[in-house]
Amino acid sequence: MLTLTNVSKSFGGLKVLDELSLTVAARGIFGLIGPNGAGKTTVFNLITGLLSPSAGTIEFLGKRLDGTAPFEITRRGVARTFQNIRVFKEMTLMENVLVALGDHPSYSVFSLLMPMPNSRQAETHEHERAGELLSRLGLAEKADRFAGTLSYGEQRRLEIARALATGPKLLLLDEPAAGMNSAEKRTLMDEIVKLDDGRLSILIIEHDMRFVMEICQRIAVLNFGRLIAQGTPAEIRANPEVVEAYLGQDDDLTDGRGGAAS
Amino acid sequence: MEWLDTFWATYSTLVLSLGTNVLLALSIYLTLSCGMLTVANAAFMGLGAYTAALLTLKSGMALWPAVVGGTLLPAIIALAIGRPTLRLSGVYLAMATLAFGEVVRIIILNSEELTGGALGLNAIPQLTEWYDIAAALIVALYVLLRLAQSRVGRTMLAIAQDETATELMGLNVRAYKLFAFVAGAGLAGLAGGLNAHFTFFISPNEYGFDHGVEILAMGVLGGTGSPWGAVIGGVLITLLPEMLRGLGDYRPLINGLILIVIILYSPKGLWELFRLARPIAPKTAL
Repeated sequence: MLTLTNVSKSFGGLKVLDELSLTVAARGIFGLIGPNGAGKTTVFNLITGLLSPSAGTIEFLGKRLDGTAPFEITRRGVARTFQNIRVFKEMTLMENVLVALGDHPSYSVFSLLMPMPNSRQAETHEHERAGELLSRLGLAEKADRFAGTLSYGEQRRLEIARALATGPKLLLLDEPAAGMNSAEKRTLMDEIVKLDDGRLSILIIEHDMRFVMEICQRIAVLNFGRLIAQGTPAEIRANPEVVEAYLGQDDDLTDGRGGAAS
Repeated sequence: MEWLDTFWATYSTLVLSLGTNVLLALSIYLTLSCGMLTVANAAFMGLGAYTAALLTLKSGMALWPAVVGGTLLPAIIALAIGRPTLRLSGVYLAMATLAFGEVVRIIILNSEELTGGALGLNAIPQLTEWYDIAAALIVALYVLLRLAQSRVGRTMLAIAQDETATELMGLNVRAYKLFAFVAGAGLAGLAGGLNAHFTFFISPNEYGFDHGVEILAMGVLGGTGSPWGAVIGGVLITLLPEMLRGLGDYRPLINGLILIVIILYSPKGLWELFRLARPIAPKTAL
């Protein structure tokens, strides 16, 4: 469904990604791991159009994504969350999700000047849909609270609800468990596994190895901008290069506290 | 009704300026509520004023057709300069719009045959009545209140908080920003066209940097959370100097001090004080 072919990205003289080729299948949970600075978030920024590749192509459902405006990419079915949380803090949870339900193609900025008879009904329907998404992420009771008042873990879950509101076929989660305690992580894992309903592919960047090993069906490992391994969790665990690059390092890489540049 | 006649004879200019200024505050509200810092609204007002005044003066048009012309021209110009300009943000956008304002002023100053240059345009027919301003104000306020409560208003608020996140919700952020900029320019032009037809005389310096900043102050002091904030800001900036008239030479000083105190104690504008007095969470249809 998503195919990266020989994608490179340089910032000035610094090569952050080096000829990365990667395929994400049409369903299931796919993990992208690697030490800090390996280029994982850059991959997300390239897929969502915030950056454009220096070389190579990105295809989604048979169409090129590189060179497409970010909002168009979202409309084609790619949604994401952010490593550094970006909820709309001064809006309620409900409003956060309503924004993401968005104006899909038929909607025009000018249509509000001519009130439509069925617009009230559409509004109610939207509220229902947003409420549904919030309860899927266990946030229904807080729907009327301002997003800025939520805990870290709740804000991360709100980001997932908001991303789902755009109606994605591919969901990119950038360190969804960062800053969560182990009970919160457990709940989040269950919630993510439930999202895998056969209609959605999920691509996760995560530092917590236990988290990734447990919920991902396939994992790709990046190191210094290069793909060093790809396979099932068991294969990854047994891969000597991965062990050396990542798993064999300090314990603090596995406790979920990632740096900014990964 | 004698008192009314006396009142009107003394205060008609003030009442009409009040209406114009609230329209201007609403015009800057549009861009500020998307988080865009633009200071071109005085220039758009000037474009509207000159366009409308020339239409009534030179071709004898009636007030409203001329004012519509004065609304459309700034909007069209905003559409043309918006695409490249709105790529900028923050102080860079402020500087670009500032430069645009100066360009407009200098062009008006130098097109003497048409605009009268530095001498300005004289003897503009005084066609604007209080009800013209009231009508424009009511319609503008109604549309903007509807807008603020709609999905568009919600999206504009989201853009002000985090442009990238809004874009990645599948929303065409650039189109929204362009819409706000163009609509704001049109509204400023409308205010200019109506204003020119009761002041009798207009000159390029009325639409310079000073006035641009004054309009910005209305928007910021009132608050960008709701069109009502702009109304409060427009009224305050118009009436405060009048209320301080007794202070003589100290007037600008005290005027400035009051504005500073307001912005220090309510940095999100006066509207925020009203909003906080209401229940915190807006109701939803759940």
